[in-house]
Amino acid sequence: MAEPVAMMKGDAASNQRPFYAQFTPEQLKEALRRMCLIRRFEEGAEEAYMRGLIHGTMHLSIGQEASAVGSTMALRKTDYITSTHRGHGHCIGKGADPKLMFAEFFGKEEGYCRGRGGSMHIADVESGNLGANGIVAGGIPIAVGAALAIKKQKRDDVALCFFGDGATNEGAFHEALNMASIWKLPVIFVCENNKYGMSVSTERSMAVANVADRASAYNMPGVIVDGNRIEEVAEAVLTAIARAREGQGPTLVECKTYRTRGHSRSDRNRYRTKEEIEEWKLRDPIGHFETELVANGIATADEVAAIFAASDAEIAAGLIFAQNGTDPSPNEVTRDVYTPGIPA
Amino acid sequence: MNAPIRELTYAQAIQEALATAMEADERVFIMGEDIGVYGGAFQVTGDLVHRFGEDRVMDTPISELGAAGIAVGAALAGSRPILEFQFSDFATLAMEQIVNQAAKMRFMLGGKVSVPLVMRLPSGSGTGAAAQHSQSLEAWLAHVPGLKVVQPSTPHDAKGLLLAAIDDPDPVMVFEHKLLYKMKGEVPEKAYRIPIGKAVVRREGRHVTIVATSIMVHRALEAAEVLAGEGIEAEVIDLRTLRPLDTATIIESVKKTTRLACVYEGVKTLGIGAEISALIAESEAFDYLDAPILRLGGVDSPIPYNPTLEKAAVPQTPGIIEQVRNLVKGRI
Amino acid sequence: MPVEVILPKVDMDMATGKIAKWHVKEGDAVRKGALLFEIETDKAAMEIDAPGDGIIRNITAAEGAVVPVGQTVALIYQDGEAASAPVAAEPLPPVKPITPAPRPDAEQTAVLPAASASGRFPATPLARSLAKQGGITLENIAGSGPRGRIAAIDVHGVLAKPTAPQHGDEGGFEVIPLDGMRRTIAQRLTLSKQTIPHFYLTVNCDLTRLSEIREILNAQAPRDAQKLPVWKLSINDFIIKAMASALELVPDANVTWADEAIHKYHSCDVGVAVAVEGGLFTPVVRAAETKSLSQISEEMKDLATRARARKLLPSEYQGGTTTISNLGMYGIEQFTAIINPPHATILAVGAGMERFVPVNGLPVLRTQMTCTLACDHRAVDGALGAQLLAAFRNFIEEPALMLA
Repeated sequence: MAEPVAMMKGDAASNQRPFYAQFTPEQLKEALRRMCLIRRFEEGAEEAYMRGLIHGTMHLSIGQEASAVGSTMALRKTDYITSTHRGHGHCIGKGADPKLMFAEFFGKEEGYCRGRGGSMHIADVESGNLGANGIVAGGIPIAVGAALAIKKQKRDDVALCFFGDGATNEGAFHEALNMASIWKLPVIFVCENNKYGMSVSTERSMAVANVADRASAYNMPGVIVDGNRIEEVAEAVLTAIARAREGQGPTLVECKTYRTRGHSRSDRNRYRTKEEIEEWKLRDPIGHFETELVANGIATADEVAAIFAASDAEIAAGLIFAQNGTDPSPNEVTRDVYTPGIPA
Repeated sequence: MNAPIRELTYAQAIQEALATAMEADERVFIMGEDIGVYGGAFQVTGDLVHRFGEDRVMDTPISELGAAGIAVGAALAGSRPILEFQFSDFATLAMEQIVNQAAKMRFMLGGKVSVPLVMRLPSGSGTGAAAQHSQSLEAWLAHVPGLKVVQPSTPHDAKGLLLAAIDDPDPVMVFEHKLLYKMKGEVPEKAYRIPIGKAVVRREGRHVTIVATSIMVHRALEAAEVLAGEGIEAEVIDLRTLRPLDTATIIESVKKTTRLACVYEGVKTLGIGAEISALIAESEAFDYLDAPILRLGGVDSPIPYNPTLEKAAVPQTPGIIEQVRNLVKGRI
Repeated sequence: MPVEVILPKVDMDMATGKIAKWHVKEGDAVRKGALLFEIETDKAAMEIDAPGDGIIRNITAAEGAVVPVGQTVALIYQDGEAASAPVAAEPLPPVKPITPAPRPDAEQTAVLPAASASGRFPATPLARSLAKQGGITLENIAGSGPRGRIAAIDVHGVLAKPTAPQHGDEGGFEVIPLDGMRRTIAQRLTLSKQTIPHFYLTVNCDLTRLSEIREILNAQAPRDAQKLPVWKLSINDFIIKAMASALELVPDANVTWADEAIHKYHSCDVGVAVAVEGGLFTPVVRAAETKSLSQISEEMKDLATRARARKLLPSEYQGGTTTISNLGMYGIEQFTAIINPPHATILAVGAGMERFVPVNGLPVLRTQMTCTLACDHRAVDGALGAQLLAAFRNFIEEPALMLA
C-alpha cells in the first residue's frame, strides 16, 4: 500500500471533509470493498487472460477505482449509468456481481450478456448499467437519451455517463452535452481523464487544458477533481446529482486520474515513461482510501484486512464459477438479434 | 350506402399515424430537425406540435448523431422515440448510433434489453435536390442485423407500417419516398397495422414477377398495365419490408411466373436486387426460372442535378416496360 | 516444332467432323502421306494422311469424338524432339447416343451431351427440369433464346409432338443413334419438302425399243481376257443417258435454284440415287450427254460400289441439276420423289410393267415404265418440266435418237 500524500491527510477532528458526513460508515466501508473488488477482479481477469482462459482483449482500469466508485456510490438502483470500454469498475461500482462478470468474460450463458458481449459490452441492466461501449463516446448521447426519458417519465432519477478524455474530442460528446444542457436533462457527465487517448496525450489532442473547460461551451458547471481521491469524486458527483434531481440540468465532472496498466492487453507503453507510471502508482486510490478510513476512525485495520481477504475469496470463487459455466450453442448464434414473439 | 372512401396524402397518413400513436401511448414522442412549428421539411409533422406540445414534438439542434444516440438512450430507458431525419442522406451522420448502438444493443447485452425506436428517413430522387439530398440508402441499413427496414409505397401502407414500426420492440427504419408525400390514397381512420416482414402482391400475373419497392411499385404497375395490352401478364410484388425479407412470397411468385425482374431506386450494384436474385438462385424457385434474372436499379452514380440526368439515373416506366418485355420474350 | 495434325475441312458447310477411326496410335512412327485417321462427315468417310514424317503424339481426339474443323488432334514430332503437354484446345467429348431417359427413381449422374465448345447446353433451369421430367435430353432441342438458350417453350414444343414414346426400356424397340448421313438426309430433305414448291408430272414410257436395243448391245459386247463381256448395260444406264440428252435438248431445265438467281449449266450432270446401308448417296455422272452408254455403265458401277463403301469423294456427290431415283427393282409401279437440293428436278422411275395398251383400237401387250418428274417450280415451270419429260420419253422410247 502506498503512503497517503501529506496534504490530503488532514486533521480528522477539525478538518474532516463533508464526504465523511455525507455517507454512513457502512457506505464508506462498502465503497472500499467495491474498490478492492474492482482491483482484484481486474487482476484476476488479467491473469486468466494471460493464461489463455479468456480470449479477445480487455481494458483494465487499475488505478482508476476511485472515480468508478466515487461516482456510483451515491446512485440509486433506478438511476442509469452508461459506461466505456474501460468499464469493469463502473459495473462493480453500480452493483454488479463479479462472478457473473467473469462468466461473461469466459463467454458463458451465465454471464451478464450471456457470452455475447464480453468485457467491452459488459452490462448489468437490472442494476441500471446500460452497458459498456466499444465506441468511444458512443454511450454519451445514450445517457442523454436515458435522461430525456427520465424527464419525460417525470421520474427523479438521473443518468450518469462515464467517458474518457479521448471521447471529448468526438462530435457525439459535444452534440450530447449541448442537448443535455438546452433541455436541462438530469445527467452527470463523468470524464475519467487518464491523460491518454490510447497513446496520444491530452496535451497533444485537446485545445484546452482541461476537459472541464469544455463545459462552459454548453453552459454547465465544469468541475475538476483529483480522480484518485474518492472523497473528491464523490463530493463533486453528489453535488451534480442533486442539481440533476432538482431539474437544474447537467454537470461535467472531470476526474484527473491515471491507468497504471496499458490501454489494452497489447499496449507496450511506448508513449509514456516508467517513472510516470511509478509516480502514479504511489498515488494509489485504494491505499489512500484505506488509510483515510482508518485515520478517520471509520474502519479498523482488521476490518480493512477482512475486506481484502473477502474480496480475494469472492474473486477466486467467481473465477471457478465462470469456468464451470455453460457454453452457448452455435445453434443460437442469431438469438437476440431481434426481440422474439413480435406480433406479425 | 357505403361510407365514402376517405383519402389522405402519404404525408397526411404518416402524420395521422404519429398522432394516433402519441394519443394512444404517452411514451411515444417525436424528435427531429424543424419538426415543430416549422412542421417538418416536408410538412409531415405539420401542426402536431400544437396538439401535443414541444415536449412530445421536439425540435432538435442540427445534431444527427447526438439525436440518434438520444433516441437509443430514451428507448432503452422506457420511452418510444420516433426520430425524423430531414433527409435520409443525413442519417450518414448518425451511422455510429444506428449501426453500432441501436442495431446491436439487444444482441450485445444478451437479450436483456430492447431498443424500440423508429427512425423516419425521407429518401429518393426526383426533386432536383442533387447528390446529397436524393439518395436511396435503404440497402445500407437493411444490411445490418438488428435493424428492421420498411418502405411504404402508398398512403395506406405509410400509416399502417409506421404504426407497426412504433409498436415494434426493435429499431425500425422507415424509408419514405419524397415524391410520394403528395400521393393520395385511401386511408382508413382506425389504427390499423401492416405487419413488418410481409410483402404484398399488388397485381397478379403469370408471365413475370416484378419485385419492386417504394415509388418503383407504381412504375412497375404502370409498366404492367402497358404490358397487359401486349398479352404479357406481370405479377407485381410490393416488398414493403426489406428486412426481414418476405422470402416466401417472392419464391412462390417466381415458381408461378418463371421469370423475375427486380425494380428499385437504390444503386443496382450490391443492392436489394442482388439479394433477391441470390435468394431465388439459392431457393427451390431456381428450377422454375425460365429466363435470366433482370435487375433494374439506380445507375452507379450519385444522383445528378440536371433533370434529364436525374431521371436517367433511376428506373423509369418506359425502361421497365421495354426490359420486362424483352425478358418475357426471351430476348435477354 | 512438331507438325500439327488438324481435323481438316473436307466438305462444304462442314463445321465439325467425327473421328471415325485412328489408324495410328501414340508413339507410332509415321511417314508423310501415311493414313492417320478417318473422319466421318455428313456424307462420307474421309481418310486423312500424315502431313509430315515423325512420331505421332498428343492425340487429343479419341475415336467417336466430334471435333471442330481446324482443331489440332495430334502432333508429329521429329526424332529427338521433346513431346510437350497437349496443346490442342479441349476436344469435344464423343457424341453420346441418345439413351432412353433414366427412370425417375433411379440414381443417376446427369450426362449432358455435347452441344457447344463448353460441352454444355445453354438452357434455363426450368427447361432443364421440364426436360428431365419429360424424360428427354436437351441434345436435340433447338433453343429459341439468345445464344441458342433452350427455354421452357422449346421443351414444351418437343414434348407436345406425338413422337414415339421415349421410354425405350418399356416400348420394346431399340434406339438407333443418328449418324452424320442420317442427320444430313433428315435436314436436307426436310428443308426441301418444306421450302421447295414441288409439282409432279407423270408419263408412261414404252420400253419395247429400249429392250430390243439393250438386248442387241449386251449380246454384242466384246469379251475381255477372262471371256467376260466388257459391258452389261442396265435399263438405268439408258435412263441416265436419256435424262442427260433431254436436258441437253431442253437446256432451260438444266438449272439449279440459287435463291438470288437461277444457275443454268452447260454440262448435263445427272445424280443417281444409290441406296447404301443406313441411307443413300447420289453420285453424279458428269456430262452424261457426251458419254456412251458403256462409259456411263462402267462409271456407275464404280460409283455405286464406292458409295456403298462410303468412299466417295465429296466432289463425286456434289453438283448436278437433277436426280434419278429408280425403285423399279423393288416392283414399285409409280412414286414421287423429293428434290435433292439444289437440283431443280428429280425423276422417280417405276418398274417396267406389262400393260395392255390400245394400238389401232386393239389391246396390245406392251412393257411400260411409269416415270414421275418432280420439279422445283421456282426454277422450272410446268410447261418446261413437261418439255423435259416429253424429251426424256422420246429418248427412252426411241434410244437411237440418243445417237443423233
